[in-house]
Amino acid sequence: MAALTEEQSILKDQAASWVEAELPVQKFREFRNSNSDGGFDPKAWSAMVDMGWTGILVPDAYGGSDLGYLTFGVILEQLGRQLCASPLFASAYVGASAINLGGSDGQKQQWLPAIVDGSEILTLAVDEQPRHQRDAIACAASAGDGGYVLSGAKTFVPEGMSATTFVVAAKTDAADIELFLVPANTAGVSRTGMATVDNRDYARVTLSDVALPAESHLGALPGGELHEHLLNRACAGVAMEMLGVGCFSFEMTLDYLKTRKQFGKVIGSFQALGHRAAELYSAQEMARSCAEAGVIAIDNDADDQAAMSALSKAKTGEFLFDMSNQLIQIHGGIGMTDDYDAGFYLKRARALEALYGNQALHRDRYASLLGF
Amino acid sequence: MQNGNEMESFRSDVKAWVIENFPASLRGVDLAGIAGGESGAKADEEVKVGLDAWRQKLAEKGWGAPTWPVEYGGAGLTDPQADIIGEEIHNAGAYNPIPHMTGMGVTMVGPTLLEYGTAEQKTRHLKGIASGEIRWCLGLSEPNAGSDLASLSTKAQDKGDYFALNGQKVWTSGAHISQWCGALVRTDTDAGKRDGISFVMLPMQQDGVETRPIRLISGISPFCETYFTDARAEKGDLLGNLNDGWSVVKRLLQHERQSQTGGRGVSMLDSEPLHVKAQRFVGTDDSGALVDKDLRQRLVRNYMDGTAHRLTAQRITDEAAGRVEVSAAASILKNSNTRFAQQKAELALEIMGSQGIGWSGEDFAEEELGIVREWLSGKAMSIYGGSYEVQNNIISKNVLGLPETTQKG
Repeated sequence: MAALTEEQSILKDQAASWVEAELPVQKFREFRNSNSDGGFDPKAWSAMVDMGWTGILVPDAYGGSDLGYLTFGVILEQLGRQLCASPLFASAYVGASAINLGGSDGQKQQWLPAIVDGSEILTLAVDEQPRHQRDAIACAASAGDGGYVLSGAKTFVPEGMSATTFVVAAKTDAADIELFLVPANTAGVSRTGMATVDNRDYARVTLSDVALPAESHLGALPGGELHEHLLNRACAGVAMEMLGVGCFSFEMTLDYLKTRKQFGKVIGSFQALGHRAAELYSAQEMARSCAEAGVIAIDNDADDQAAMSALSKAKTGEFLFDMSNQLIQIHGGIGMTDDYDAGFYLKRARALEALYGNQALHRDRYASLLGF
Repeated sequence: MQNGNEMESFRSDVKAWVIENFPASLRGVDLAGIAGGESGAKADEEVKVGLDAWRQKLAEKGWGAPTWPVEYGGAGLTDPQADIIGEEIHNAGAYNPIPHMTGMGVTMVGPTLLEYGTAEQKTRHLKGIASGEIRWCLGLSEPNAGSDLASLSTKAQDKGDYFALNGQKVWTSGAHISQWCGALVRTDTDAGKRDGISFVMLPMQQDGVETRPIRLISGISPFCETYFTDARAEKGDLLGNLNDGWSVVKRLLQHERQSQTGGRGVSMLDSEPLHVKAQRFVGTDDSGALVDKDLRQRLVRNYMDGTAHRLTAQRITDEAAGRVEVSAAASILKNSNTRFAQQKAELALEIMGSQGIGWSGEDFAEEELGIVREWLSGKAMSIYGGSYEVQNNIISKNVLGLPETTQKG
């Protein structure tokens, strides 16, 4: 664990105990079994708003606490441990980052307080195809009537059915990828939910000649820079959630190794399994260092934050991939049953692996950023 | 803990001192090889004189072992201050030869002596280590006691005021050039495997000690077989309690892992980044990416593994608030460093193609030959100091609390 300030430690402890008491994975199971819409429990989401988590990346002037990315990451890790579903990441992390980085003063004034109080749920609508590619954007933003007209289709938009406003990545007439704020109720916007293994809220979003005013454009960072910076930040956040999913998977597995008996012994006494646990633990420690370094690099505005973001997503992904497979394997038959939680973790692991680019994509980015 | 300003002023003092005192005659010389007593490293007279003068200056400052108390030849500094000294010596293109000149002295014997030694033992032994004058080797492994170290059979017989040692040690680093040896010996043959062992210290220049260098696959001979035939270890040189040598050696080996968790001295593998070497040997496409995509993937994985290792080492230091306890974390770091370093050497060799099979002669650059030798000698990393598998036993048992996987003794 990175060295935390007193304020960060308090928030971390608060998040850990709240998640365990109020939103354990059992709640996720109940929610899934209830076949409710929306992918998350609205009561849990209001509680997060009340605890101030939606304001962690928002400056004081707009009603937030401005505690930074490591602080937010520490909470995402805790939420990842119990597979807590909520729009917190999509709106208060990715959405707030988009406004902070790309918004004018007026846009900040309009959107940030609404993110903090939960009256707006923002989400980034970037992917147009099943495999994430940052620059594979066909969605067009043409200039028109003193504003823009957006046309295109987005897919696998996280919290896409609950979001009140989409942050849409679209190509301008100048062929730059720019971001636009598109309220979900704007004429020409339609969406349909998608059923996924992780039982979260995803949507396909269609934009048909959606007319937007000029102030829908997030223009503070020019020429596609915002899109790059925002995705770097998003990846570092996903890595922190993945760390939580992986660490809890490890703890479940270790507990099982110490309690399950076969051949008259606990199975953790077999060297093959003891060594596998040692390898997974080592990988977990490496993943934690990389994930934390990703968010810390953003807080420090470090020169290498793009590379650290790629590192965090790739190395945490590597750990979580192996860990989630071993979670099932070491639990044996019980791990294959729906009654046991292991499957939830495996499913969420793969959804997070694909989100904003898999390990291979981030290794490729890392190599390119290092110049080879 | 010192505040930032004090540390910065300490740093600038160190920097100025190093620049003023590091002899020009030593610039660019392979001091690690010479100080380490490596067989291939040759030093001319001017280098020898310069090296000794530099060693003396460092010793006077107590910088051979900066964190040790002043009374024992150290400088009584904190770990962060010692790190600053190391960094500034490195930044100035200089080199601190004392740790290498003492063999296992600064990294392993000294820290263990500080913990287990009597005041008299510390006074007698530590100054010679901190000043770089006395080289130490360790007699631990035996032909039939490698990973299963506790099965060792070298005996120490009580002769009144001394022990008489009989038996054979192997993999004693630098035994042929060391003045002192710390040896693990059996002092009670009736006790359990780990309960009848003691740790003694003895001088190497005596009739009962014979050393034979072992030639390794890399062509060098850093290790010896060491034979004890009624070799004499004084009673006053028993470290820790009689028959409690196993706890002494466990601590000693933790110090060893600690010293093996980072990089070592100058490496030919670091003379240029691997991706630059790959661009030179393999070539790039129009986008600047390596044309061998499979190699590129494995190279970037290795870079990431290296960064993950460094970040983890740093994180563990930060968590300990400046004081790195020798701990189970060392096992994780030893293995991650080993995996990274061995893979890196394999990648370098692969990149060089058939230039990577050169052994000697004009057909190969000095750098290429160095990499080949490092590739070979690096295979020992996953064997020495507790093998890769032994580290995993330690992690599963001591960190994760899983039941003992090896035979109890």
